[in-house]
Amino acid sequence: MGNPEGLEVGDLVRVVKNNIVLEGVVMPATEFTSPDVVILKLGNGYNVGVSVKNAKVEVIKKSYAHIGGEALRARTSISGRGTLRLSMISTGGTIVSKVEYETGAVKPALTAQELIELAPELLNEVSELEVIELFRLLSEDLTPSHWSRIAEEVAKRIESGAGGVIVAHGTDTMSYTAAALAFALRNLPCPVMLVGAQRSSDRPSTDSVLNLRACPVIASRAPFGEVVVVMHGHTSDSYVLAHRGVKVRKMHSSRRDAFQSVNDIPLARVDFPKKTFKLLNRRYLPRSSLQNFTVRAKFSSKVALIKAYPGMDCGIIDYLVDKGYEGIVLEGTGLGHVRRECIDAVRRACEEGVIIVMTSQTLFGRVNMKVYTNGRKLILAGVIPGSDMLPEAAYAKLSWLLANVRDRDEVRALMTCNLVNEINEVHDAEIYPRWYHG
Amino acid sequence: MDEQIDYVRLGLKVGLEIHQQLDTKHKLFCDCPTELADSSTPVSEVERYLKVTKSEVGEVDPAALYEIKRGRKIIYQIPKGHACLVELDEEPPHELNREALKITIAIAKALHSRILDEIYVMRKIVVDGSNPTGFQRTAVVAIGGYIDDEDGRVGIQTICVEEDAARKIDEAAGYVKYNLDRLGIPLIEISTAPDIRTPEQAMRVALRIGLLMRLTGKVKRGIGTIRQDLNISISEGEKIEIKGVSKLELIPKVIRYEVQRQLKLMDIKRELRKRGVRADEITCNIKDITDILRSSNSKLVHRELRKGHRAYAIGLKKFKGILGVEVQPNRRFGTELSDYARAWGGVSGIIHSDELPKYGIIEDIVVSIYKYLKLDPERDAFVVVISDRERAERALSAVVERVRYALVGIPKETRGANPDGTTRYLRPQPGAARMYPETDVPPIRIDEGLLKEAELLKPKTPEELLKELVSRHGLNKEMATQLIKDPLLPMYLDLVRELGELIKPQLIATTLLIYLKGLKSEGLNIDSLTEDDIKKVLQAVGDGRIAKEAIPEVLSAYLRKNVENVEEAINMFTQISVEELRQLVRKIVEENKNAVSRKGTKAFGLIMGKVMSLVRGRIDGKIVANVVQEVLQEFHSEDS
Ligand SMILES: [Zn+2]
Repeated sequence: MGNPEGLEVGDLVRVVKNNIVLEGVVMPATEFTSPDVVILKLGNGYNVGVSVKNAKVEVIKKSYAHIGGEALRARTSISGRGTLRLSMISTGGTIVSKVEYETGAVKPALTAQELIELAPELLNEVSELEVIELFRLLSEDLTPSHWSRIAEEVAKRIESGAGGVIVAHGTDTMSYTAAALAFALRNLPCPVMLVGAQRSSDRPSTDSVLNLRACPVIASRAPFGEVVVVMHGHTSDSYVLAHRGVKVRKMHSSRRDAFQSVNDIPLARVDFPKKTFKLLNRRYLPRSSLQNFTVRAKFSSKVALIKAYPGMDCGIIDYLVDKGYEGIVLEGTGLGHVRRECIDAVRRACEEGVIIVMTSQTLFGRVNMKVYTNGRKLILAGVIPGSDMLPEAAYAKLSWLLANVRDRDEVRALMTCNLVNEINEVHDAEIYPRWYHG
Repeated sequence: MDEQIDYVRLGLKVGLEIHQQLDTKHKLFCDCPTELADSSTPVSEVERYLKVTKSEVGEVDPAALYEIKRGRKIIYQIPKGHACLVELDEEPPHELNREALKITIAIAKALHSRILDEIYVMRKIVVDGSNPTGFQRTAVVAIGGYIDDEDGRVGIQTICVEEDAARKIDEAAGYVKYNLDRLGIPLIEISTAPDIRTPEQAMRVALRIGLLMRLTGKVKRGIGTIRQDLNISISEGEKIEIKGVSKLELIPKVIRYEVQRQLKLMDIKRELRKRGVRADEITCNIKDITDILRSSNSKLVHRELRKGHRAYAIGLKKFKGILGVEVQPNRRFGTELSDYARAWGGVSGIIHSDELPKYGIIEDIVVSIYKYLKLDPERDAFVVVISDRERAERALSAVVERVRYALVGIPKETRGANPDGTTRYLRPQPGAARMYPETDVPPIRIDEGLLKEAELLKPKTPEELLKELVSRHGLNKEMATQLIKDPLLPMYLDLVRELGELIKPQLIATTLLIYLKGLKSEGLNIDSLTEDDIKKVLQAVGDGRIAKEAIPEVLSAYLRKNVENVEEAINMFTQISVEELRQLVRKIVEENKNAVSRKGTKAFGLIMGKVMSLVRGRIDGKIVANVVQEVLQEFHSEDS
């Protein structure tokens, strides 16, 4: 992605080719820029790509425009006129990425001041707003060790008396982190709110504004002390939902209302423009006192999440066992099955002490492994049925249990035990979505 | 007045920006069709708000920007089958439409423009809500080039391909509503250098570029598919941008009126200096004059007051008569102030002293206002706004700013074209547009393959076209040359394409160049004729329903509104057979038998006149004469 002819990003250059003269500042090349092409930002603001082949290139001024990265800002804060102490921990993602219009460089930073610019009314609601930039990572690059860092950082904020903690996060794996935090942070005195954006914050149409504006409302009005995902409930900017972190999933690759509760209903909604708070779900973990708050932030990285599919190679399971994996979450078919050929591999894994949990790739509904032969055989082989847990939630739960509970029998017992409402024993008929049928 | 103005001496410089919708299969960044929805298309609605950063004002009217910043709701209508998640800003854009790119390249080549090596799509911030993303996607495809004109070569600056905006369908306090069908239709934008020197040259160049685009056969036709923006300056004036000239024929008028406006504003400046007006004397000292106006019988005033509004006034010392100066036909300096009040305050307009007494505000009340404002009725002026306090304040302070600028000269403005060729103030000219790279769309390398495909769409040159009009259409050289320069040429080409099998191109050219001009010289408004109307009439000739001589008569009857629609006009002139004619002549002779008997052979003139008044254009006159002769002979031989 280097520039041809020794040109450097930020240089003001003149390119003469076929009697046309182009003057502009050299921009950073993209992944798709041809090797012989230099991108120039012209005086009218447009970027154009010019091949330097057979062209006369003249540097008018070296380093004409400054184009450079910025160091992580550990902590910035701002005082407001309200009463809420709000902390935001930034991990990266679309919500904090901005394209600099001068350069086209993506700057994934966010300061307290910039947060206020996004949602100026926060100043009326907070006494103090602090922003801690923890990582600048895209959500697909986060690992269970990052969950630990986030959990520790959130715990610090809660212990120092925050009335609400926002975690800015990429949306792709937001529900994994949400579930992980739900197991790590117990007896919460305030909501922990994961917020993201499907349209980056530098766009006039960004969804981050509404999502962020809902946070102080939830922090001050919600009766629950749970980890929630706070995202658009509709493609209109009409309401924002607080989903239970262990029961939520990104169900669309790009829509702003991509996040939906599965096998449960959202905990609350905030309607705009009036910002009215409405509790939707009576089943919640109430706010606890700060003294009872606990944090166990460790996660095992020796857990795998694999999906059963027709013709699945049973060697995958053998491989994981040989690699020293401690747990496997299976996303089985239907009520919780893998092909008959793999049952022996599963039995061997269980005998080796690997904990295997079954969830369903249907997402909606509960596994029931007693209905069909293969299911019954899997139970006898030692597989733990994961009830109506989402595969992601089961994955985070198993990773957390294996890092924090030494006794494997206890891990097995806790896996089927409802810890933070990750299991919902009662499915009302309404909690299955109505699809469009023409 | 035009004859007296030497535009070259005034240093007139005009640049054109032409936007034309391309007739592609799909939109620019998604796979939706490029046809607009109709009233039967089912729609759903989505509501959004836009975030506006103060540094990114861009091209928005001040009052609209104010509303958006205060949280104006934007409602989008999604017509089923005409917009998808991409238009709704719920899905990233697909790759740039290669068909649109090819057409753009073909037009750029015809303009001798240099195609760039790699095309980068940009986001241009637009926060009026006309795009759910809050920006318009646009890319420069080619740079440089020229178009030749009899008054000199006119340079091309840039050629872009971009997405059209959503269609505004409703607006009221607190919300604005758009339909998403038009959003994303590809547009080509051609910007010329300010090399144009006369109003006529501007029209010729616009016509020439328009024709060139039409000749690709790949651009949309009809209302709203092409739009011209102008930038106009004279040496002692200012560069003014004028948006949205939808008719080519209006271009010279818009330029003349703008030059007139700038000259008048310079006159006003000189007059104010002569009167010794100083900027610090022009202050925004707002007085509530509701109680004075309440005593008037003005319906306008009372309608506003009933809404709970109040009347606010400011005085303008030494301005008597200035607000009444006509700067464009039927637009006074006061009208310009009214534009500012509307644009900045969102009020319905102003009332000023130079137009009073009017609106039921009688002289006594005018005197009372002068007195209350402590002004001299012989020397001073005042401006009134009836609205709520907040809007009135914004409106009147904008008026004061504008009045102060009258001492300096001509403010840099973006103006909108009115249908009569005059213009109105829209907003101040924005600074350089804020452009961000569109990171969701990969760049496109212009390779040999793409250039070759574009070559196939390249329009003919005017010389090639002229040759074709003579050799293939059979027009004589003179008519072909005239046609090439005529704004109706695209219509001619369309009609030939559609009716060429049925009627001779010669007749189509005659209809457009001779018959229409004749009707215009009779004072008829030929602009109200659509291409479809003309097509129907020509079709009727082709089908043998009417004689070709009847074309001007049919059009005339239609334009004179003697009939409901063009179909009825055609029916009036439908051909009759010789047998039908004979029956008609016999009937008329019978009705006039006494006169015919008396006059003998001299009765021919009488009967011929009466018959022709009924059948003119419906059958050849020679046949009528023959039949009348025969019937009269028949009558006389029976009579004797
Ligand atoms: Zn679409």
